[in-house]
Amino acid sequence: MAHDLRRKMIAAAAFACLAGPAGAAPPSVQLTLQDHKFTPDHVQVPVGGRFKILVTNLDSTPDEFESPALRVEKIVVPEQTITVFAGPLTPGMYAFYDDYHPETAHGVAEAK
Amino acid sequence: MLASFIIVFREVLEAGLIVGIVLAATVGISRRAPYLWGGVFAGVAGACLVAACIGALSSAFAGNGQDLFDAAILCFAVVMLGWHSVWMARHGREMARQMQDMGASVTSGETTLLAMAAVIAVAILREGSEVVLFLYGIATAAHLTAFAILAGSALGVAAGAAVSWGLYRGLLAIPLRRLFGVTGWLIALLAAGMAGQAAALLANDDIIPAFGYQLWDTSWLLSTGSLLGRALQALVGYSDRPMGIQLAAYAATLATLVCLSKWAGRPKILSKQES
Repeated sequence: MAHDLRRKMIAAAAFACLAGPAGAAPPSVQLTLQDHKFTPDHVQVPVGGRFKILVTNLDSTPDEFESPALRVEKIVVPEQTITVFAGPLTPGMYAFYDDYHPETAHGVAEAK
Repeated sequence: MLASFIIVFREVLEAGLIVGIVLAATVGISRRAPYLWGGVFAGVAGACLVAACIGALSSAFAGNGQDLFDAAILCFAVVMLGWHSVWMARHGREMARQMQDMGASVTSGETTLLAMAAVIAVAILREGSEVVLFLYGIATAAHLTAFAILAGSALGVAAGAAVSWGLYRGLLAIPLRRLFGVTGWLIALLAAGMAGQAAALLANDDIIPAFGYQLWDTSWLLSTGSLLGRALQALVGYSDRPMGIQLAAYAATLATLVCLSKWAGRPKILSKQES
């Protein structure tokens, strides 16, 4: 896909120009929001490295995927999937939630 | 109702703290009201526009559109704040003196008012688009508690605005000859925090190197998830786990603004020779 290609080019450029952190594709976990609930609401994520979280919103209203612990905050409109980067983490539990529906839509990422 | 109050209050507070500082920093500049209100309306209109286009914005630039846009407007606001610092260094002392003598707004400064209106617009646009999307979600879902949620949101806006007005009035309690010194530092810290946030956004997407993803961790003391943590993040760029690049951008911006003010505020060589 064109988006993927562009991401790879940006990553490659960042790596070549700045000797930045871009390298092998980081591992990823997928979360889905439906009926203002996360599936799964407990995910395992790696310790000590960068990883991706993909969030898909299957509801009819916008959500905001947020976690101060993981340092991410991004709006997800209906029928869309967003990608955020997080880590490196130390072992532990990291809470995340949908800021627009925090009572029902929350979960934890377990780094181990 | 409480949940919606908290969400809206938090966003309005974050923007409102910036507006409060801008209001205090522009005291004494004549005809400032239309500019600053213009900034508020531009910010609200921009927030609605961003909210309407958020889907397209998100998927732009390989999914980094939201972050790139945020970083870009933050950098723009930093430049505007720098511009104001230079202007203030040139005019602040004379302004404070004139205000003490006449007790009225006397100095005209249309360019710096434009810059400060832009800062207000950026602050409101950033936080406002989140409020607009939240309210839009409620409006489309249209369930039974919608009224309570809207009432909570309205209270949130009022409370957030009240706190920023309180900050403005509080700053005005500072004696005039000291006021612009204090607002100068607040503006410099505000700009440094914005530059740091922009750098962190770009580094988080691996667009620029992070130089360390977590220099230290003070989340046990004050988390950026808490209300106070968020307020300090908006005001002075507090981060509980800063990245290396974030700290570098923070320090570089703070140093640049302080040096720019000193340089612009130095006595003119010509007047030195005359005296």
